[in-house]
Amino acid sequence: MRSESPALGMTEGTEPGATCDNHLFLSVRTYEDLLSCDEESDNSLQDNQELHEEAGQSLHNWQLGQLSKPLNKLVLEQVDEENFEGNEDICQEEGGEENFDVKDGVTCKPLNSLEELDFSVRTDDQEALQENDVPRSPGQRNRASRSSASSRDSQDVMSEAWWSLNKHVFVLSEAGKPIYSRYGSEEALSSFMGVLLALVSFVQAGKNIMRSIHSDNHTVMFLHRGPLVLVSVSRSRQSEQQLAQELHYVYNQIISVLTITQLNKVFKAKQNYDLRRLLGGTERFLNSLLNLMQQDPCFLLTAVRCLPLPSSVRDSVSQSLQQARAKDLVFAVLLAKNQLVCMVRMKDQVLHPTDLHLLLNLVSGSTSFREGEVWTPICLPKFNPEGFFYAHISYLDEACTLCLLLLSTDKEAFFTVSDCKRRVLARLCKHDLVHAVQLAMDKDSYSVSQAGVPDLQHFIYKCKSTSQFTSPEMDAPYNSTEQRERLFGLYQQLHSRIHSASRPLKLIYHVWQFETLLAWVTAGFELYTCFSPLVTKAAAIHAITKLLRWIKKEEERLFIMNPLTF
Amino acid sequence: MALRELKVCLLGDTGVGKSSIVCRFVQDSFDPDINPTIGASFMTKMVPRNNEIHKYLIWDTAGQERFRSLAPMYYRGSAAAVIVYDITKEETFHMLKTWVKELQHHGPQNIVVAIAGNKCDLVDMREVQTELAKNYAESIDAIFIETSAKTSINISEMFEEISKKIPCVEPCTNDRPSFKLRPLQLESSSSRCC
Repeated sequence: MRSESPALGMTEGTEPGATCDNHLFLSVRTYEDLLSCDEESDNSLQDNQELHEEAGQSLHNWQLGQLSKPLNKLVLEQVDEENFEGNEDICQEEGGEENFDVKDGVTCKPLNSLEELDFSVRTDDQEALQENDVPRSPGQRNRASRSSASSRDSQDVMSEAWWSLNKHVFVLSEAGKPIYSRYGSEEALSSFMGVLLALVSFVQAGKNIMRSIHSDNHTVMFLHRGPLVLVSVSRSRQSEQQLAQELHYVYNQIISVLTITQLNKVFKAKQNYDLRRLLGGTERFLNSLLNLMQQDPCFLLTAVRCLPLPSSVRDSVSQSLQQARAKDLVFAVLLAKNQLVCMVRMKDQVLHPTDLHLLLNLVSGSTSFREGEVWTPICLPKFNPEGFFYAHISYLDEACTLCLLLLSTDKEAFFTVSDCKRRVLARLCKHDLVHAVQLAMDKDSYSVSQAGVPDLQHFIYKCKSTSQFTSPEMDAPYNSTEQRERLFGLYQQLHSRIHSASRPLKLIYHVWQFETLLAWVTAGFELYTCFSPLVTKAAAIHAITKLLRWIKKEEERLFIMNPLTF
Repeated sequence: MALRELKVCLLGDTGVGKSSIVCRFVQDSFDPDINPTIGASFMTKMVPRNNEIHKYLIWDTAGQERFRSLAPMYYRGSAAAVIVYDITKEETFHMLKTWVKELQHHGPQNIVVAIAGNKCDLVDMREVQTELAKNYAESIDAIFIETSAKTSINISEMFEEISKKIPCVEPCTNDRPSFKLRPLQLESSSSRCC
């Protein structure tokens, strides 16, 4: 519901947590920004009507399982461009619209020029196994052990249990080569991926772009970026934008490993390249990214969570990080348990929160940084999708909780940067700061009760200008995983409604069964609050005023207020 | 006591156990679920030997294909390269041969090469015969040894062999000077200093 916003006169730059001009991160309003800066493909999107609008109601009733045989004949051997162009013509000649009769369960006339592969989407296990016997590409030298394991996986693939999983994510190449599947082996899913590509190419042939398919229970989201097609099939109640944002993150994660230059290069050289060769070991990070997105609001908000720390400690830590001054060293980042402790950057260079999320995921997704000092290339797609940074990654304490990342542009600078690390650590130890930060980490971040606002059960506050957010521990009743996920789901819904592209709102007050939620978005901040169900509207609005005052009072502790540069 | 720095890098296919070997040597520990190395990991280990202290500077590289192009950065400054294969996987032995070729063409001259057949505790699953590997190693004048990081067989022996074969007075190579910056210190064996 709409309501007048409480008159607090908060403008951008004066909200709690806002600093002067010296920002650590690019200020990102919300994911609209992320999606709007896409390349050429999105412009053409606007010219064309979205598929599900065009096809109208009928598509809404389209169950995934209804994808049946006829469509399968529209097959996907677009190994070279010419062939593909050819398909387009045929589609048009034969009357694309007639072909796309969704009510009858999607029928398309078989295209004579194309090889007819006979597969159905919901194969039973035996069929899936047969699919699995399709000869593999030569690039699978290292996969002997994996494919023997995959024959076991393939029995799970397409099973009821597999279908009922909450969110599937698939990545495939434009030639239909499977690249990644969140669950089940890619080999076992190759025919299914073929169907996904068929959908994308079919719609593309009609000069449209496939964005999403909606059914009662599922949303199928498509994203076609460069040579990659990303698809998610989810049961969650997330909005299209949120699902698209997740796919963008998956895409960015892949870019962070390869750079866009390398990605385009390999596919230009060989269109049916098996990208898994180059991505080897990245599945782990894609999995952890997808899991993290299900529980950490930082992705939803495109903001960074800071470790609550007395400002004096944080400032000293920043000064210590400043010791890591070296030529070509661009960012020094200190992370603790998926939270940012502080960051020092080269003058005039800012980091996009999305890039920091990828760094968080890198550190939390692998234990291989625990030994020694790691030196690895990493691309930060929002900073520059074409080049690598070289990251020096090491833990500063025995318990491996405090992780220092030093990002340099010089490939050969390991020993210089390693020396920087020693200087930083020496200074941190001298002032006993490692211990001070550990202390802050050991106790729970903070409890909502500290804000002293009655009936308030939880909140998330994002300061827009600095792209930082804060939220208390999830105390009772949100101390079980299910309850946490439920609350996060509510926040997601709230977020999607308040940021709805067609009808953005400023304030939402919503009474659910177990709680009352109030979300408020202004030029300066976004606030999502969760109250007990019995709260009144007037009390809730009074409460958030009080909460904002508390955040303002605590801002020095909750946010990075004095970011430093080298 | 004199301090002698020995720069060693480990090469080889993914999953053969390079990190496990280093982990066993440096920390004397073994993790069966070790994560694949990202990029490369740098570690040091001090070993007293006779009248000297041997300080190993070890580059443990990632075996995955996407990191292949970075390998020269690590072996260029090394006095020795350990190329590891997995005795239970024949293709890793083929991969080893490509590494040897790469070192011969692009590696520093006089680099000491050691060939390590890892996972020698898994005798039942052996695919690469000892004789075959040994003959190959002899043909390229490399140290050959079968190791097991899991059961700690021949790990420190291998590093000792390497130290014997590395000439005492190192020929002047075009190392980056930064390689020698480490101060003389007799701290704990691991590189972590806190």
